Amino acid sequence: MNMREKIEAAAARYPDQRSAIMPALLIAQKEYGYLPGPVLEEVADILGVERIWVYELATFYTLFHTAPVGRFHLQLCDNVSCMLRRSEDLLGHLEAVLGIERGGTTPDGLFTLSTVECLGACEMAPVMQVGDDYLGNLDIARIDALLDRLR
Amino acid sequence: MFEPVLLRNMEVPDGHLLATYEAGGGYQALAKALREHTPDEIIDLVKQSNLRGRGGAGFPTGMKWSFVPKRAGKPKYLCCNADEGEPGTFKDRLIMERDPHQLIEGMAISAYAIGAETAYVYIRGEYVLAIRRLEQAIAEAHAKGYLGTRILGSDFSFVVHIHCGAGAYICGEETAMLDSLEGKRAQPRLKPPFPAVEGLYASPTVINNVETLACVPHIVARGPGWFRGIGPEGSPGPKLYCLSGQVLKPGLYELPMGIPLRELVEDHAGGPPPGRKIKAVIPGGVSAPLIPERGLDVRMDFDSLAAAGSMLGSAGVIVIDDSTCMVKVATRIIEFFHHESCGKCTPCREGLNWVVKVLRRVEAGQGTPGDLEQLEALCKGIFGNTFCALGDGAAMGLRAALAHFEHEFVAHIKERRCPFH
Ligand SMILES: NC(=O)C1=CN([C@@H]2O[C@H](COP(=O)(O)OP(=O)(O)OC[C@H]3O[C@@H](n4cnc5c(N)ncnc54)[C@H](O)[C@@H]3O)[C@@H](O)[C@H]2O)C=CC1
Ligand SMILES: Cc1cc2nc3c(=O)[nH]c(=O)nc-3n(C[C@H](O)[C@H](O)[C@H](O)COP(=O)(O)O)c2cc1C
Ligand code: SF4
Ligand code: FES
Repeated sequence: MNMREKIEAAAARYPDQRSAIMPALLIAQKEYGYLPGPVLEEVADILGVERIWVYELATFYTLFHTAPVGRFHLQLCDNVSCMLRRSEDLLGHLEAVLGIERGGTTPDGLFTLSTVECLGACEMAPVMQVGDDYLGNLDIARIDALLDRLR
Repeated sequence: MFEPVLLRNMEVPDGHLLATYEAGGGYQALAKALREHTPDEIIDLVKQSNLRGRGGAGFPTGMKWSFVPKRAGKPKYLCCNADEGEPGTFKDRLIMERDPHQLIEGMAISAYAIGAETAYVYIRGEYVLAIRRLEQAIAEAHAKGYLGTRILGSDFSFVVHIHCGAGAYICGEETAMLDSLEGKRAQPRLKPPFPAVEGLYASPTVINNVETLACVPHIVARGPGWFRGIGPEGSPGPKLYCLSGQVLKPGLYELPMGIPLRELVEDHAGGPPPGRKIKAVIPGGVSAPLIPERGLDVRMDFDSLAAAGSMLGSAGVIVIDDSTCMVKVATRIIEFFHHESCGKCTPCREGLNWVVKVLRRVEAGQGTPGDLEQLEALCKGIFGNTFCALGDGAAMGLRAALAHFEHEFVAHIKERRCPFH
């Protein structure tokens, strides 16, 4: 299925096209990596909904990116359960070895580093989401091994 | 020994597959419900069981279902709340990853009871594996006739759709979830009308948590008396507890409602790391006020925790030992609520902004003696004055930290530094 077909299939699940904006944005973001203005307009056109409705959602929800992110998005949880298991040491280490601050992307475009609220996996704190995967029970050695593997 | 009910397939290899679920008696409760009971009888069974909502508020499930108008002239909807954003909570994720058919069967029976033909499962977008497993399970259930038209030869037809969230805690609040499902920015609606009367697309809508729905097949299969026989009369049943933080054995535990918090933390989860003592425990996700060590004999059920000034909430039990600075914990919690405030009402949006500023200053050793009164005044301005429970949860949590650990706040201000660093 191409993107249009995927979006139309998603829209068929709802009695109202507006409900399909969120699923459509997720599909479009998978396709393009992020959601620049023209992509938002394409989504609005496919669904036949107001463009402003699409802009509104693309900027409200944190999983939607209107600017490009690195090839690997490292999302380290720093909420309470992870904090109690020293996630801030891991953040410091990541910032040092990648040479960026949280929110930044390495110049080669390989890594973006973010901190996120609870990932719902506190049993394996400290946790980081990398792409689709959760990596838990992290320590500095495991982080280094991960970075080696991704590079 | 308590036999796990909800978690019985957790460690079974391929527990997420239909064949495994069927081999353990899966979908027989659905068959029984359709064959032997009218929808009203199912609502009665659930009422008799005294099942209370596992999403945090503990509202009686059967009663909620009975508020759905019988003749609405509109389609009715079931929504499963799988947004699970409360820090310290991970039970719904594990049900969906390891035993998704339990949830699907629970949804099918619940939809039959309320007369819904369509359900949406609102899952937070980060839960990629849970989403994949649930998608597979829905497809399998369709292929076997447990979902779709005229299920198991009855007149009942029912489909389940997945709707992925996109990273906003507020979407777990049920009316914000409805707005999000309708393709709007997620902001809570005024209640009443409650969703059971006017919800998704202004139609009657029942919203239940994953764990609540997963209890339903067991109530139908084993009867309400069995369910009510587990734990205390006022809030019975098997219960999932999420243990995290400074304990030796973090993880998901299934035990009866009403188990003492101390037993849960010290016996089941192994207590604090060697050489450490427990300082406080947050019993129900960060929305629930913390309980200092001396209060750990409280029982883990809706009524006992409310009487103790806290709440069962999502049963996300976060253990804090004596190496940890409570000002830091409180600051991190309020930063979370401030970040997730949807911005609809002023006391929450602006009040939490101020609270974060004052707390950060105190934590950094730059607080002044008036800061604690200012925090109390800010809590007073927020509590009871917000549109949804997010603001209240933040204010209650901070008040508990101030009440039980005032000396730590005072020490930061007096010593002009964090005594723990
Ligand atoms: N599981 C999680 O991740 C999180 C859970 N929470 C929990 O959420 C709770 C607050 O949730 P709310 O939905 O604001 O509580 P609420 O008390 O307003 O509602 C609870 C449920 O009962 C229903 N209800 C209540 N009165 C009703 C009536 N008269 N008629 C029909 N239905 C009625 C509501 O529709 C809702 O489904 C907190 O206790 C907190 O523990 C909060 C954040 C995250
Ligand atoms: C800010 C906020 C966030 C919430 N998040 C969730 C959540 O992630 N999951 C959930 O089941 N309930 C959550 N709730 C509670 C729901 O509004 C609602 O009470 C619940 O889904 C009803 O289901 P139950 O009766 O089965 O518990 C939240 C409430 C508030 C105020
Ligand atoms: S209390 Fe906070 S989250 Fe709830 S409606 Fe008001 S601003 Fe939004
Ligand atoms: S606090 Fe980090 S996963 Fe929950």
